[in-house]
Amino acid sequence: MSLVIKAAAAAAALLAGGALLTTFEAPPVETVQLGFRGLAMEQVYNPRFLARDEAANIVPAVIPKVGAAGPKAGAIYRNVQVLGELSVTEFARTMAALTTWVAPAQGCNYCHNPENMASDEVYTKVVSRRMLQMVARINAEWKPHVQETGVTCYTCHRGNPVPAAAWSQITTPPRTAGLSGGTAGQNLASPAVGLSSLPYDPFTPFLAQGETPANIRVVARDHLAGRPNPGTKETEWTYGLMIHMSTSLGVNCTACHNSRAFSRWEQSTPQRTNAWHGIRMVRDLNLNYITPLAPIFAAHPNGPASGPVSARVGPEGDPLKVNCSTCHQGVNKPLLGVSMLRDYPELNAVRDQGAPPPIRQ
Amino acid sequence: MAMLSFEQKYRVRGGTLVGGDLFDFWIGPFWVGFFGITTAFFTFLGTALILYGAAIGGTWNPWLINIAPPDLKYGLGFAPMREGGLWQVITICALGAFVSWTLRQAEISRKLGMGYHIPIAYSVAVFAYFSLVVIRPVLMGAWGHGFPYGIFSHLDWVSNVGYQHLHFHYNPAHMIAVTFFFTTVLALSLHGALVLSALNPPRGEPVKTSEHENTFFRDLIGYSIGTLGIHRLGLFVALSAGFWSAVCIIISGPFWTRGWPEWWSWWANLPVGR
Repeated sequence: MSLVIKAAAAAAALLAGGALLTTFEAPPVETVQLGFRGLAMEQVYNPRFLARDEAANIVPAVIPKVGAAGPKAGAIYRNVQVLGELSVTEFARTMAALTTWVAPAQGCNYCHNPENMASDEVYTKVVSRRMLQMVARINAEWKPHVQETGVTCYTCHRGNPVPAAAWSQITTPPRTAGLSGGTAGQNLASPAVGLSSLPYDPFTPFLAQGETPANIRVVARDHLAGRPNPGTKETEWTYGLMIHMSTSLGVNCTACHNSRAFSRWEQSTPQRTNAWHGIRMVRDLNLNYITPLAPIFAAHPNGPASGPVSARVGPEGDPLKVNCSTCHQGVNKPLLGVSMLRDYPELNAVRDQGAPPPIRQ
Repeated sequence: MAMLSFEQKYRVRGGTLVGGDLFDFWIGPFWVGFFGITTAFFTFLGTALILYGAAIGGTWNPWLINIAPPDLKYGLGFAPMREGGLWQVITICALGAFVSWTLRQAEISRKLGMGYHIPIAYSVAVFAYFSLVVIRPVLMGAWGHGFPYGIFSHLDWVSNVGYQHLHFHYNPAHMIAVTFFFTTVLALSLHGALVLSALNPPRGEPVKTSEHENTFFRDLIGYSIGTLGIHRLGLFVALSAGFWSAVCIIISGPFWTRGWPEWWSWWANLPVGR
């Protein structure tokens, strides 16, 4: 090799090495201990990302509270199906809040026909009513997950008509037969699973599969538990879902699990119980609230005629659904734990959740 | 202990780094030296402290004895003895013993007129330990990031640190280290098989020489690195395995806080092949 080639190779290696260094982060880091000392159950944070998260989770200013003055909205207005128990003043405040949370750019007419506010002709109004029932369901039935913090429309919507983080079925590229094989639903470096090679749609089997969701637990409870045992493939589906949960919450596996025995509840953190309920909650929301709206979304796959074009359904035609990131959006407590519900108790006035009792098993 | 017939010529005075000829004597077959003294001191003290830690730890089950580092709240300061201070002192003893042993190897190398291959090789293992209990904890701001001293407990630590990054197999330095470990094993098995085959011919055939060994690999893969070269290669791959292991844990935390699969986004985002 001539000297020139050697020098060029050395320079190229230095350049590539230097460029590679820029792909890393740098100390200092922030850590939070979650277990006994030396167990390495701890969260590791980059303080620069924490500042970014704080900026991204600023709660909008509270609309001044109004007393329950005047007659009930249901007695004054026509076709008030879920918020009829509110006074007209509370009702107006709630409508104003909904607008700023969900359609601040589009305004009232995003859901209402200005000529006839009571009309259900704009489909988004029907969806909004269902979503109000869903919020009531979460705050009343899913306290094991949302605690007293609760949720509002803003928890997911953040000023967008469609929440930024939603999912739909992905079946492409399809699995082909024979030796040519296929991707078997994995190996795409999908953001859904933290850019790993794990199956990129772990949501359909675990979070939207009707009465019989796939079993997340893949560790046998007994020796020789019988067949068919979960295999590598089932384990990777679970691993994919778990990576989604971690990246959605901005935490690592040790937030819930002591990895020496993932399945053992007595060695896990209390957060795992909360997450267990969260998984059931998401199933409930997808099955009882989002999926029943599928025909409406299918009829308006790109949103209302007036509004900006944005997809309501995925490539398979199923509606955009809920997963952990829909609310959490990268932080372990949505909106960093601020309870907006406390400022908007009107949302709890919805009594009819319009769905069978939730399944908690 | 009787001295072997050839051993006399290795009993060379001098070559010490510290202490001149003060400790330059033998006890039985063992050369003492200044760093022999310090090694023994740190070893006995450290072992005694481990036994003390076990005694106050609530179990004598050898699998479960656990001497854990301090809580993270102590940062880079000293912790009370029963709350991690013991771990800190034992760590000092371990490093004192390991470094002393390295320097003792260097002194013996000087006595024998050898190169420093042995202390350099050994120091890579010491560096890996130093990375785990000093470099990474200092970079992350607390001694509590060191690993606990216990059979099960240190395995729990390894597992949990791995899962702090969601999927540790995506750690690029871990990939390199694992590859070097496997290469070390492959090279050692090939080398061992070759030597044993050459030295244990079938009944009636003569013992083979290195020319046979070279010819075998030239036939097999078109190249033979040779009898000296294989040991240089073995040293390189083995030390590289340890070195990259140290790198892979130093970068986990101080230089990357997220899941390791996510680090590869730079590859997915390269403006080629999309």
